[in-house]
Amino acid sequence: MGRTILDKLWAEHTVAELGDATSLLYIDRIFLHERTGSVALKGLEAAGRPVRHPEQVFCTMDHIVDTTAGRTDDTRMPGGRDFITSTRASARAAGITLFDLGDDRQGIVHVVSPEQGIALPGVTLVCPDSHTCTLGGLGALAWGIGSTEGEHALATKTLAVRKPKNMRIRFEGALPPRVYAKDLILHLISRFGASGGAGYAIEFAGSAIRALPVEARLTLCNMAVEFGAWTGIVAPDELTFDYVRGRPFAPRPDQWEQAVAHWRTLPSDPDAVFARELEVDCSQLAPQITWGTSPQQGAGIDARVPDPATETDANRRQSAERALQYMGLRPGVPLAGLPISAAFIGSCTNSRLSDLREAAVVLRGRHVASGVRAICVPGSSLVKKAAEAEGLDQVFRDAGFEWRESGCSMCFYAGGESFGLEERVVTSTNRNFENRQGPRTRSHLASPATVAASAIAGALADVRELPPIG
Amino acid sequence: MEKFTTLTAVAAPLLRINIDTDAIIPSREMKRVSKEGLAEGLFAGWRYQAPGSREENPDFILNQGPYRRARVLLSGINFGCGSSREHAVWALHEWGIRAVIAPGFGAIFQGNCVRNGIVPVLLDNLTVESLARQVESDPERNQVTVDLVQCLVIAPDGTRHGFQLPTADREMLLEGLDSIAVTLKLEAEILAFRDRDRTQRPWIYLPSTP
Ligand code: SF4
Repeated sequence: MGRTILDKLWAEHTVAELGDATSLLYIDRIFLHERTGSVALKGLEAAGRPVRHPEQVFCTMDHIVDTTAGRTDDTRMPGGRDFITSTRASARAAGITLFDLGDDRQGIVHVVSPEQGIALPGVTLVCPDSHTCTLGGLGALAWGIGSTEGEHALATKTLAVRKPKNMRIRFEGALPPRVYAKDLILHLISRFGASGGAGYAIEFAGSAIRALPVEARLTLCNMAVEFGAWTGIVAPDELTFDYVRGRPFAPRPDQWEQAVAHWRTLPSDPDAVFARELEVDCSQLAPQITWGTSPQQGAGIDARVPDPATETDANRRQSAERALQYMGLRPGVPLAGLPISAAFIGSCTNSRLSDLREAAVVLRGRHVASGVRAICVPGSSLVKKAAEAEGLDQVFRDAGFEWRESGCSMCFYAGGESFGLEERVVTSTNRNFENRQGPRTRSHLASPATVAASAIAGALADVRELPPIG
Repeated sequence: MEKFTTLTAVAAPLLRINIDTDAIIPSREMKRVSKEGLAEGLFAGWRYQAPGSREENPDFILNQGPYRRARVLLSGINFGCGSSREHAVWALHEWGIRAVIAPGFGAIFQGNCVRNGIVPVLLDNLTVESLARQVESDPERNQVTVDLVQCLVIAPDGTRHGFQLPTADREMLLEGLDSIAVTLKLEAEILAFRDRDRTQRPWIYLPSTP
C-alpha cells in the first residue's frame, strides 16, 4: 500500500517503536525563542543536562523585544528584560546559534527558520511555539511543543510522539484575484471548525496549492494549529527547491543533488490512503474576515454578522453569543463597513516580503483614513532590509503606516504596548482570541491586502473593490 | 513529577468551547523566566474585574464558594487550544487543578498536561454536561472521581465512564516519571540511529559550533 508524506517522514525518523502507535522520533533541528525557550534552557541547566548537538539548535529574540527604532534589552513588557538576558546567557553557555538584537538575521522564529535554510524539506523540526507548523509549507515535519518537551528534545535529540492520523485537503481551482493563502485557511477553519483537524497531520494538496508560491504555503500551514491539527504539510516540489537553494544553513553545493534526490522521494504515493479527505473549491472564494473570538468565527467579507439564534449546536450558539458581545457586534450587520481604529500587518502568518508587496499594491498612492492607527512590522530584519531596498517602506510610510523593527510586536499583548480598550483592529495575524492584542481589543483576522484596504477605508473593506493605482 | 493514581474532588464546570491558553493564562501574567508564581494569573481576564486588576469577578466560577477548592475542571471541546505556553498547565496545577475533563484538547496542551501531573480526560460532550449538571446542584457533596488506575471517571450519581489515554502518557502520570531519564535508557539506539542517518542524510548534520 502506498505511503503518505507523513508515513515516510515518520518511518525515516523513527529511532525506536514504543508501542501504542508511539515512536521515539529523531529531531533534526530545534528552534527556541526568548519567551518559552528561555525557561526550557533554564530547566535543563538546573537539571545539569547538556544540550546535545548545539550546532543543530537555534534561537531568536522575537516575542518580548520592542519593535520601535533604537530598541534595547529594556523592553516595555513588564519583566521583559529578564527573558532577554536569561535567553542570551543560556544560549551562549550552551553554544547555540543566537539571532540576537542588532543581528540582521533576527526576526520572528517561523520567518527566520525558512529564511536561513534551517527548516528544510523532510527535516523534523520542533520549537516550543504552536505556530511551528508553519514550516510544513516547505515539506518539513514541524510541530509545536511545550517547554518540558523542549527540554527533552534538547537533551536527547528525540521526542516520543504518538502518530497522528493522515488527512488530505485538496484545494482545487484557481484563486480569484485578491484572494490569498490566508483566505484559504480562514475559510477552511470557519467551515470545518477550530478543532476540525484535531488528531491529524494534514497534507494540503490540489491544484491551488501546487500554484502557491512557497511563502504563501508557509502562511497556509501557519494556521494548521488554528484548525486543531497536529501539523500541516505541503509536499516539496521544484518551487520549494528553488526557494531553499543557497540559504545559509541549506545543503552545501556538494550535497545539493543528493538532498534534492532524496526530497523527490517524499511526496505521498499515488495510492496512499488517508483516514480523511476533504476538498475545497477555491474558484468562488471571497476575501475572508473573522467576526468573533475564535478563528472558526469567520466569513466572506461580503457576508453579514451571523445570528447566533440560527445556530443549531448549543455550544456553538453560546460561543457565538459571547463572541458578539465581546466584539460589540449585532447580528445582521454587514461586515464590510464596520468602522475600525487600527490596522496591523505583521506576525509569522503574514509578514514576509510577498505579504508586504501585496499590501503595498493596495497602499500605493493612497492614505490611511483619519483616526486609524496603522502599523507594519516586517517578519525579520532581513525582510525589512529587502523591503527597504525596493522602496516598500516608503509606500507604507507615505500611506500613513508606522514602519517598525522586526518582531512579534502587537500580534500578542504581554502587558507592554497594545491596542486600546475595546478598540476594533483589522490584523494579518492568526489569533482573534479575547484580549490577545490588548485589553478587550476586538481583532478581525484577514489577509494583508484586506488589512491595507480596510486601513484606507477606515472600516472593514472588500479589497476587490479597490483597484491598484497607477 | 508528582504521581497521579486516583482523586475524588470538587469539579468546576466551565462549559465553553475553544478555551485557549491565552485565556487560561494571559501573556501579561507571565512576567519571569519561571514555572512558578503563575496561579494568580490563572484565567486572569475572566477571574478579575478589569484587565490588570486583582479585584475578583464574583460571576466567575472559580471565585465561587466550594469551587475555590476544585481539583477537577469540566470544559467544552478544544480546551487548551492556541499558544503552546506550558504556563497554562503550570498555572492550573499551581492553582490546584489535577484533572481536566473535556470532549477534546489542544494537542500541545494535552502533551503538556501529562508532563506536569494533570490528567487530560476525554469524555463526550453529553457525559461532560451530565457531570456538570450533577455537580451544580451541590458541588461539595457531588464530587467527581478520576481513577487513572482503572481509567474511569465516576460521576456523583455513581455512573462509571471509561476513558482512554495513550499507554505512555498513563504510565508517566501513574509513576510520576521523568521522561528524559526514560528516553536516555535508549541511548544506544539513539546513537546508532544518528550514525546510520549521518551517512544517508549528511546535509542535515551541520558542522559543530566552536
Ligand atoms: S508572530 Fe504572533 S503567533 Fe507568530 S510566533 Fe510571534 S507571537 Fe506567536
